[in-house]
Amino acid sequence: MGIIKTITDLKRHPLSLLLRLLVLAAAAFTAFAILFMVGYIVVKGVPNIRPELFEWEYNSVNVSLMPALINTVIMTFAALLLSAPLGIFAAIYLTEYARRGNRLITLIRLAAETLAGIPSIVYGLFGLLFFVTYLKWNYSLLAGACTLAIMILPLIMRTAEEAVLAVPDSFREGSFGLGAGKLRTVFRIVLPSAVPGILAGVILAIGRVVGESAALIFTAGTVAKAPQSLFSSVRTLSVHMYNLSSEGMYINQTYATALILLALVAVINLLSGLLAKRIIGGADEQH
Amino acid sequence: MKKDTDIKSNIGKLSGAALSTVGRGVLSPSGAAPSPAPARHVPARGRSRVGESLMRIVFTVAALASILCVLLICLFLLVRGVPTIGVIGPLKFLTGTVWKPGSDIYGVAPMIIGSIYVTAGAVVTGVPIGLLTAVFMAKFCPQGLHRLFSPAVALLAGIPSVVYGFFGLVVLVPAIRDFMRHVGIDGSGKSVVTASLLLGMMILPTIISVSEAAIRAVPDSYYEGALALGATHERAVFFAVLPAAKSGILAAVILGVGRSIGETMAVIMVAGNQALIPEGLKGLFKGVRTLTANIVLEMGYSADMHRKALIATAVVLFVFILIINLLFSAMKSRQPV
Repeated sequence: MGIIKTITDLKRHPLSLLLRLLVLAAAAFTAFAILFMVGYIVVKGVPNIRPELFEWEYNSVNVSLMPALINTVIMTFAALLLSAPLGIFAAIYLTEYARRGNRLITLIRLAAETLAGIPSIVYGLFGLLFFVTYLKWNYSLLAGACTLAIMILPLIMRTAEEAVLAVPDSFREGSFGLGAGKLRTVFRIVLPSAVPGILAGVILAIGRVVGESAALIFTAGTVAKAPQSLFSSVRTLSVHMYNLSSEGMYINQTYATALILLALVAVINLLSGLLAKRIIGGADEQH
Repeated sequence: MKKDTDIKSNIGKLSGAALSTVGRGVLSPSGAAPSPAPARHVPARGRSRVGESLMRIVFTVAALASILCVLLICLFLLVRGVPTIGVIGPLKFLTGTVWKPGSDIYGVAPMIIGSIYVTAGAVVTGVPIGLLTAVFMAKFCPQGLHRLFSPAVALLAGIPSVVYGFFGLVVLVPAIRDFMRHVGIDGSGKSVVTASLLLGMMILPTIISVSEAAIRAVPDSYYEGALALGATHERAVFFAVLPAAKSGILAAVILGVGRSIGETMAVIMVAGNQALIPEGLKGLFKGVRTLTANIVLEMGYSADMHRKALIATAVVLFVFILIINLLFSAMKSRQPV
């Protein structure tokens, strides 16, 4: 059906006409909102991208975002290092080992769903109470990374589970048939076939870490320097941007920082999308 | 978010027959080595058997990690927060309308009402537009446009909340301020309305992707049946397909509510954050403070009872979220497909 069905055709059905107009108007509004927001940040941000924004040291003159950018990369790696193995192993347990209808599975799924629904500020507060205060790690890279690791765990678990489930059973049968054990089948056959799907999920998780601020302010702190150790307080790009905009003195630099964040997120989304397509394309070939 | 549902639906299509219950039951003999007999003949297998059971334990422990995390979070929030509510007095804490940490008065009613106001506002603005856009994407959109539109919606979902907040601060707040001048209300432009509009925009991608998946999950026969009875395309979609997708759509709305009640940074930047209950129609253009904002704004410098009261605020928020989560699971399990 074409998008623009002749209006005259619909004149005999006023309700249908109204519904169609409503649908089109809503879609136009959504498209407008996306274009306007992205366009606004790009237009305001591009002229403000200046070389001094990328100087190694942050000070109140150059308002450099470089330390925050480095911190974001380190924070992302640290959180993934903690969360990805846990999430993937959990997914393997759920798909390959646990029996169907196991009570434990229901419980694990319930827990993962609960984790997925908890807002980031609650994670931040928990991180403050547990990692920062109870374990006495203070505001630190490690406390922030642990908090974020818990936050992205359900996302990694779910996407990894879907990717592992999508591996055709004939692969497993073939591996068993050749005499491989369960473990070998999992690591040599199932996981490699599921890599694109798992990666797509991991990249989505990277997107969440990059965009996160509420969970980090009270766990990783706001020091705008590259970390000396795991226990240094660090400020990621999102937190940096929040600080800039609440100080309100560096509006131009804030536009530029927003643009960099937006560009990061766009690239991350693109990558994840491409990988997700590959997993589906790859599976199609096998049929 | 969008991507997930994409993968999910496609995997669903692919795996249908292969992953049926029977197949999996046969193929996963609960982790035991497939043939125990040769294991006795080949000594090397003995080591791998130890490896097998060791890794099995590792996998199980990893799977238990999420349960452990939930327990830890509950423990730390509830153990620190609930006694405080007891000390202040549950009624005084939950219904008290004055929040003055300086004089040891802690009433979170303004924040609860604030959270409810902006969330309701987000639902009012975001749900109709999101749902109609989902209908467009599932039933009206040419394929070429869909290929452009759906990554754009995914991008909207990925934009960090600080960027939303900043956008609200430099675009929405001045716009609302101008509008208020126009109708003769004083104020900074940071208000319930501003926060609602921004949150409505933020929950759009959630509403769109979840509802679209729900609409697509309705069997084509519903639509075709309606057409055969003489309905137009629009009538078939709105009166046959949409009602069938209603639990999925409700789940989308609940997810959106969860997102907007938990949203922090964006709201702080545009809501004004006064701990007062806005009254009347003009109150919609007054500043408001949400539960989440209360925590972030004061946690940095709080101490003693004040800090405990903030943790108690988080407990209230947590309870709200748990209720929303339960509702969401209930809705999702009702979706027939």
